[in-house]
This record gives sequence, C-alpha cells and structure tokens, in this order.
Amino acid sequence: MDPINKEGTPKTPTVIFDADKGKVEIRGRSIPENSIEFYKPLVDWLDRYADEAKGNTEVNIQLEYFNTSSSKCILDVFKKLEAVHKKEGREVVINWYYEEDDEDMLEAGEDYQSILKIPFKMIEIQE
Amino acid sequence: MEFNIDKIYKDKRKGGDIICSYIGDISGELIYETLEKIEILLTDRDEDPKVVKKVYNVLVEALQNLFHHLEMPDDNFQYNGQPNKSFVIFIFIKINNFAYRLTTCNFIRRERKHFLKDRINQINFLTKEELKELYKQVLNNDQFSNKGGGGIGMIDIARKTGNKIEYNFVDYNNKYSFFNLDIIVT
Repeated sequence: MDPINKEGTPKTPTVIFDADKGKVEIRGRSIPENSIEFYKPLVDWLDRYADEAKGNTEVNIQLEYFNTSSSKCILDVFKKLEAVHKKEGREVVINWYYEEDDEDMLEAGEDYQSILKIPFKMIEIQE
Repeated sequence: MEFNIDKIYKDKRKGGDIICSYIGDISGELIYETLEKIEILLTDRDEDPKVVKKVYNVLVEALQNLFHHLEMPDDNFQYNGQPNKSFVIFIFIKINNFAYRLTTCNFIRRERKHFLKDRINQINFLTKEELKELYKQVLNNDQFSNKGGGGIGMIDIARKTGNKIEYNFVDYNNKYSFFNLDIIVT
C-alpha cells in the first residue's frame, strides 16, 4: 500500500499514513472550508488499510486548531481505525496530543474517546 | 423599522476598541486573511495565548458559518453602489481587559428566523454538560453535512466561550431578514 505524505498548509494538517510502519499521523491546523474534499482520500486509504494492516497501529493526532467541519471527518477517520482495532491482533492506540493548558483540545479528545471503542492516550505537550 | 445598513454598521462598531471591522462581500480567502491578521495582532499585544486560541477558534466557526449560511436577497442588494453576492458585516472589538465581542451579520430568508431563534435559545438554555452531550450527539449523527449543519458550529462557540449568544433580526423586506449575532469571548 502506498503511503500518504501530505505537507501541512495554514488551512490543512500534515498527514503521514504509512501501512508498513503501522503509523497514522495528523498534525497542525485543520480549518478547510471543504473538509470532506481533504479527508475523503484519507478515509478511503484507511478503508483499504483495514484489510491490509499487519500488526499494531500507532495513531498520533496533534492538532492546534480544527473547525467543526473537520471534527466530523476526524470522527470518520477514527471510525475506520476502530474497525481495524476490532480485528484479532490488530491493536490500535490513539495518542491525542494537546498543549499544556489547552483544555478545549483535551476535552475534544475526550469527546472522541467517549464516542469510540478504541484506546486513547491523552498526552500533554509542555509549551 | 426601516432597514438602514449604515446605521446597523455604525451602531455595531460601538462599545470598545475596534480590532477588525468589515462590511462587504465575504470569501474563503478573506476569512483566512482575517484570522491570520487577528492572531498576529493579539499576539503582538501580548494577549494571553489561551485567549488568542479561544478567539481564533470562535472566529473560525463564526466566519465560516457566515460564509456557508448567508442567503442573499433576490433584489440585487447593493452596498456603496456595488452589487453584492455575499454581503456580510463582521466586527471584532475589545470591550475591556477581560472580554472581546465578535459581531456578525448576514442576510437570511425570513422563514428561517424561527428555526434560528429556537436553536440559539436552546443552546443558551443548556448547561455546560448538556452542551457537551448535544455536541457529541450532533457530531455522531450521519445527517451532519459538510457545511456543518445541526448547528454544531453554534454549539461549539457556546461551549468554547461559556457565554450566552446574543442575536437579533432586522427585517430587510417581506422575504429576507438581516441576522445579527453577538458573541462574547472572555
């Protein structure tokens, strides 16, 4: 499976999806007007990954800002990862990074955690 | 009451130190330029990074909401002799050392007034915990559109600011109304 390697812009995050390494990373700002356009290829990739994932998957989410239009797409990404996690021997852990004192970002991670049946690790980054 | 856009704009500019004030057509690019400018400006003024973040979040939602949900009157509304396609007002004011106000105004069809009133009143009525539950419910609902929908942008603003959202409508003609939102960020 070809990896996804997208460099971040002021509106969209850096994305690194690598099936060989079992790594999924989204970092930066996600405030595009058309979030579906941006996230659809990522969700499609994860669809294929669900069949091809070999071992465990480490997911790193480190967002500075995201709009509500992205929030739904991020949930779609997580739902695909949840499908991977349900498979025997295909454990997925989501590392949710938030800056020290950014209670809104911590709470956003907790919102996802309560919707999904997948392990979340909340990691505070020191400023 | 007669519709007077200059008076609305003038009145809304009152109440504090104006950081950003705009009247005219909105675009995706204008939103990003505005966000960038305000972020830099507040940082240069040594504003608390937590407040800058909150302001940025609220601005993203409010301005993108404005852009996605405006409904222009079908009578070729013109401001300053320019035919407008996506006319809005937004004003960002520092009210005092502890609070900012973001005002947004856009046209909507008059039949949407009741829906918007009900939705905002509902959001204003809910406690922090209830807002959290409503947010999750709307987020996890497949009906949600790319435009946001379900008022999730508004719920997010209410959650992040922790303040009541103020609003009013000024009728423009028998089909359209000018919708004004005032959001306080503390």
